[in-house]
Amino acid sequence: MADPALKIQGLTVAYHSKPVLWNVDLTVAPRVLMGIIGPNGAGKSTLLKATLGLIPRLTGQVSVFGAPYNEKKQQIGYVPQRASIDWDFPTTVYDLVMMGTYGRLGWFRRPGAKEKKATEEALERVELTPFARRQISELSGGQQQRAFLARAFAQDTPIYFLDEPFAGVDVKTEKAIVKMLHGMRDDGKTILVVQHDLTTVGEYLDEVTLLNREIIASGPVADAFELNLIEKTYGGTLPRSNFGQANP
Amino acid sequence: MFEIFFDYTFQVILFGTMAIGAVSGALGCFAYLRKQSLIGDVIAHSSLFGIMLFFLISYWLTGEGSKSLLVIIPGAIFSGILALMLASLFSKGPRVREDSSLGVMLALFFGSGLFMLQAVQRAASIPGRRGLEGYLFGMAAAMTKSDLIMISIVGLLALSMMLFFWKELKLYAFDPLFSHTIGFHTFWMDLLMITLLVLGIVIGIQCVGVILMIALLITPAAAARQWTRSLGWMVFLAAVFGAMSSAVGSYFSAAFYRLPTGPIIVLAAVLILGVSILFAPARGLLWQKLKQRKASQTYKAEGST
Repeated sequence: MADPALKIQGLTVAYHSKPVLWNVDLTVAPRVLMGIIGPNGAGKSTLLKATLGLIPRLTGQVSVFGAPYNEKKQQIGYVPQRASIDWDFPTTVYDLVMMGTYGRLGWFRRPGAKEKKATEEALERVELTPFARRQISELSGGQQQRAFLARAFAQDTPIYFLDEPFAGVDVKTEKAIVKMLHGMRDDGKTILVVQHDLTTVGEYLDEVTLLNREIIASGPVADAFELNLIEKTYGGTLPRSNFGQANP
Repeated sequence: MFEIFFDYTFQVILFGTMAIGAVSGALGCFAYLRKQSLIGDVIAHSSLFGIMLFFLISYWLTGEGSKSLLVIIPGAIFSGILALMLASLFSKGPRVREDSSLGVMLALFFGSGLFMLQAVQRAASIPGRRGLEGYLFGMAAAMTKSDLIMISIVGLLALSMMLFFWKELKLYAFDPLFSHTIGFHTFWMDLLMITLLVLGIVIGIQCVGVILMIALLITPAAAARQWTRSLGWMVFLAAVFGAMSSAVGSYFSAAFYRLPTGPIIVLAAVLILGVSILFAPARGLLWQKLKQRKASQTYKAEGST
């Protein structure tokens, strides 16, 4: 069998000696769109950040396509939470998307014709070409999220981590983003998405990981997205509203 | 009133302070966008300790305390960085938050610096001690030609570093998490950012003083932000605003009763900020009011038809 796209072993993270993630083992096969589901404070964002080395790990190894993460850093494209940056920063949509090419350029080198082409193609894919010269502060929430996705496209990595890409975007944008994610998966990308809404799990995702400080279940939606496992994940505080109309 | 512009000493001062204003203004943009004003203020205030320490060391070594920038600048860099390192160490544990520990280090280093300043001024036996109080509020009038050379070298170094790492600095100021994941390690970017901040601050200390230096770093950036939508123009405009404020400060300071330079420079910078906030197109308050009025008139007109 081919190497998994991502393999996390024994990952433990603590803030000030309080464990946030406990002994997490997670394997993600290539070409899979996997959701990470869990209540607030379950450590979903932390899992992504610790995997990327943005938060120190107490223990644990991460390997990417069979090699240690440190050798394959550039294989994972990270789309942070939209609220994590200041959208009043003086820059254009075009420049924001072009930042996706900076990693390939490395230190000192300036973007050239190749990077400009990648930027324009990425803008085209998320249908933001008419907004290229706009100030990023002028974008709506959904457009901001699409700009972030375009930056990920410009980065062009085999694996993507998306932290709550559906937070604060309208339904139409959410559907458009899902369509793009499915397109990426069909192009052979492996995608991890932090998601809140439980009603759309079956519709959006191939696989799901239920997380609450530790992994409760992980696998194809049909196996892992079971009511008793979900209840275990939410510890009896299952937010019925997350099921919307589907589960009265 | 204007014959002073033909005075060689004044020309040196004017040129020096304008260079300082331009460099601090430009570098201040990154501190402003990265919301690191407090870190800048800790560096500025803490530098008094290093200035006094290096003054005393120069006295012990040579028999006369030195106020040359060649001594002052390394002293300021030394204590500014020491204060930040201690603050970072202090906030590693669960007990003290980062901003609190920065505040504590500011107080500790500035307090120690003030204490040394008072003690040295009362020690009649230390030559060179007169004028030390100028480091509190700035004394551009004391600038010499060798100071000007030192300022130019440090300023050019800082600006070339900024241009050299432009892409990385822009990315890091905008989205530090993403920046780290694509290979620009946070440790190196922090180091670069702090280095530029320190350079931007220490060259201005003699001219503006440790207490108000942060204002020359942040105010031109805040003013420039009102006028432009691109980082490049923002940095350029902040440099121009910084240089303008400094020119006003050194002129009034030299022409009238040797006023301390720092407060005048800062007042000029704040004036520019006020004008920018009121009148800048698109972001300015006046502009916003006009836009609102126009919009409400349009709706009214539509409503009446």
